[in-house]
Amino acid sequence: MSRRVPVHITVNGVEHASEVEPRTLLVHYLRDELGLTGTHVGCDTSNCGACTCHLDGESVKSCTVLAVQADGADVKTIEGMADGEKLHPLQEAFWEHHGLQCGYCTPGMIMAAADLLERNPSPTEEEVRKGLEGNLCRCTGYHNIVKAVMAASKVGAPA
Amino acid sequence: MSITEERAASTNGFIGQRVRRLEDPPLLTGQGRYVDDINLVGQLYVAFVRSPEAHAKIASIDTSAATAREDVVAVFTGEDVAVLAPLPMVWAPPGVEMRTPEHWPVARGNVNHVGDPVAVVVGTDRYSVVDATEDVVVEYESLPVVVDPEEALKDSSVIHEALGTNKSHEWGLGGGDVEAGLAEADVVIERRIVNHRIAGGAIEPRGVVAEWRGDELTLWSATQIPHILRLLLAGMLGVPEDKLRVIAPDVGGGFGSKLNVYGEEATLGWLARKLGRPVKWIETRSEGMQATHHGRDQIDYVKMGAKRDGTVTTLHIKVLADLGAYHMLLTPFIPAFTAFVAGGCYKIPNVQTDVVGVFTNKMATDAIRGAGRPEATHILEVMMDQMAAELGMDPLELRRKNFIPPEDFPATVAVGIVYDSGNYPGALDRLLANLDLEAFRREQAELRERGIYRGIGFSTYMEICGLAPSRVVGPSGVGIQAGFWESALIRVHPSGSITAYTGASPHGQGIDTTFAQIVADKLGVTPDQVDVIHGDTGRGPFGMDTYGSRSLAVGGEALVRASNKVHDKVKRLVAHLLEAAPDDIELRDGKFSVKGSPDRGMTLAEASLAAYVPENLPEGMEPGLEETNFYDPENFVYPFGAHAAIVDVDAETGKVSVVRYVAVDDCGPAINPMIIDGQVHGGIAHGLGQALFEHVAYDEDGQLVTGTFVDYALPTAAEFPSFETDRTETPSPVNELGVKGVGEAGTIASSPTVVNAVVDALRPLGVTFMNMPLSPMRVWEAIQAAKGGEGKGPALAEGGGQ
Ligand code: FES
Ligand code: FES
Repeated sequence: MSRRVPVHITVNGVEHASEVEPRTLLVHYLRDELGLTGTHVGCDTSNCGACTCHLDGESVKSCTVLAVQADGADVKTIEGMADGEKLHPLQEAFWEHHGLQCGYCTPGMIMAAADLLERNPSPTEEEVRKGLEGNLCRCTGYHNIVKAVMAASKVGAPA
Repeated sequence: MSITEERAASTNGFIGQRVRRLEDPPLLTGQGRYVDDINLVGQLYVAFVRSPEAHAKIASIDTSAATAREDVVAVFTGEDVAVLAPLPMVWAPPGVEMRTPEHWPVARGNVNHVGDPVAVVVGTDRYSVVDATEDVVVEYESLPVVVDPEEALKDSSVIHEALGTNKSHEWGLGGGDVEAGLAEADVVIERRIVNHRIAGGAIEPRGVVAEWRGDELTLWSATQIPHILRLLLAGMLGVPEDKLRVIAPDVGGGFGSKLNVYGEEATLGWLARKLGRPVKWIETRSEGMQATHHGRDQIDYVKMGAKRDGTVTTLHIKVLADLGAYHMLLTPFIPAFTAFVAGGCYKIPNVQTDVVGVFTNKMATDAIRGAGRPEATHILEVMMDQMAAELGMDPLELRRKNFIPPEDFPATVAVGIVYDSGNYPGALDRLLANLDLEAFRREQAELRERGIYRGIGFSTYMEICGLAPSRVVGPSGVGIQAGFWESALIRVHPSGSITAYTGASPHGQGIDTTFAQIVADKLGVTPDQVDVIHGDTGRGPFGMDTYGSRSLAVGGEALVRASNKVHDKVKRLVAHLLEAAPDDIELRDGKFSVKGSPDRGMTLAEASLAAYVPENLPEGMEPGLEETNFYDPENFVYPFGAHAAIVDVDAETGKVSVVRYVAVDDCGPAINPMIIDGQVHGGIAHGLGQALFEHVAYDEDGQLVTGTFVDYALPTAAEFPSFETDRTETPSPVNELGVKGVGEAGTIASSPTVVNAVVDALRPLGVTFMNMPLSPMRVWEAIQAAKGGEGKGPALAEGGGQ
């Protein structure tokens, strides 16, 4: 059995004490250890953004972070976005504007978009497109994703 | 009034409405269930050892070091994985000699492309099983590698010795007399059009989980075709169909790349039984780039003839199709699809397509979004622009001159198929209404003065979809060894809620919602009362799955027919209970009521309860409320439309920017316009991706140069503008809803649109023809070549990516 090290990570407000192999990626820790399978894996080169979650309030590609690097940190995943039954405004907007088809990129998109709007609450369409450059979607052509993010921003839904 | 509003005004129903998707809430909250989200107790992990060589004999495999690892349970090589039959290819065109190489799930003897699996490792942990693949020592004896399809055809080195040639098959389809058409023509142009190799690029990689229990195998796969997969795996694994259940859970996109019977699926099924433990394999993206089938990869030698007045008299296409190393499920059939729509929306009396399929040391090609029709449309729409330039005619005028006129429908075309319905000038008019062409031309001239090269390109496309009818596509028709109907089962529960089973197997298309809207209207409920079940061979009837934009036109119609049966039964029951004639019962405002007295009626729930508590049924009526339909259409359906792209080309760097993209599509009456728009957006992005960025490239040693998402340039949000979409609605006479498919239309239309736009932009610089991909480097080179007067323009030698 390979060596394991203890980590303490708070995920969606719940503190977890676990032992992980030092090479365990954060995304696999979330998925396989904690069963939070909303965070997806779409590539092995940090290109697709399907694994995006928040680490201490900032969006990261969780396939590029080791679980041990998140020791002591606060992680938020897609499962932590809604407030009980009430969807997060971005989740609402993606639903309303058909910002998802197969849904595989969606958790990462929403997490990346949430970070983007946190830093820039009133973005232009171009800023949204630039800001989401690290997240790939094959289904939507990005059109409705951009529309959804704009709708959830302070700018509001396009007419 | 927009089409949506017009329709909304004309109906109370859910058909035609922009209903939010029923499938979304779990997907939005991380509650989706994709293959990798399934974990079974006692599950083992699987990793494949893959060939780094493009063509080699496997001299030896030493698995001892890997097997000795404590975290490894077993290692198997090709012969060990004792499935009963090789991987299937299901096209047997009557009268055609088809050479199909043996293709086992794990290679036996030789490897034929980079990524060909040579061994499979099973272990206890996701990571260590990958480590263990490094401990499998494989000795290869390199064999000559053939990468270029034109070279491969010369047979100077043959890939599959047993076949004696690299030529897979020859096949043709045509009508009229292309030679006579040439003789009639005043102008004949020839082009060599390269439609390069691309990947499906679904963001969810493939994956399989398999479990053997007692004498039953359950297999979860990220597949588009659970039903077909079950049928074919049953034969390979020797498990009766009733003991084999295939489930496509949430599937993260397909685009054709999950329309196959993959060796990994067979291997996992075999492993689960062999080891008696659940097994899981999740593809990495790098593996996927090597070993998930690619698409396109045709060289098209095209000859078109026209009269001076623009009447196109003849079209001859020779397709050299690079099939890669093997035949997979439909590999050789895909280029045949090109032939069916070679004549597009034009009245061309003489059309012939001759296909030659050739093997090379690359991954197999097969269906990728559009599958043969993007190639056809690219050829035709690029040629129309080339011909217009040759004739000094406006490209749109040339198109209009040759359109099949609306009054000709149903229209039998040269290749012998019957287009169901169409209004091609109508779509083009609608497109032009969305563009201000005069303003564009003014802008274009102004910008050119400032050194900015702006161009506009068009395509007026049609396509063939709704795969069915069996009589045409099946064994004695085109020769696919299957039927192409679709199934539906409507089960109304005693309380009136509805489960609707469909044989279609969607993976992002919004079928749960679209189908619920249809059933809701038919039975007087709301869409959220209809639960649509798909993608599970253990629930509902056998089906024919999702590809070729068939779900709605075939599966939707099956559902309509099953719903109609339920509707009729309810009417008869209600009539009996209310002592009225069945013909006097109508569905109104959610009630089956007596015409003229809306108070005398029953809801579906009331009727359903009466059917399940059968105290008073009409004479001869069975209790219960459940109906099935298997629907095999009379014809395909033929969507069409007109697209325009406006691009700016930076002549210094060769970079192409899409400034505007306007699409008018006609897929018949909309069930859910929001979903249609979404399909069109994604389709356009896929076609633009191919035209501008994406390219699966191999070097001359058969090494995959674009082996990850770093090198394979899947477009990002930053690369596109928002798209402008609009529709016309020309109903199909083929089905009750009048609907056609829309999943592939955007892709089919968009690559020639943007290529024509770039050429339009660069004409002042002397560039008159280009092959995709229009990467900055290739555009820049074309500009330089034109400047240097090398006349690379329309020359037949103009290259394209291999
Ligand atoms: S999985 Fe693709 S970026 Fe993390
Ligand atoms: S919705 Fe399928 S990849 Fe984005």
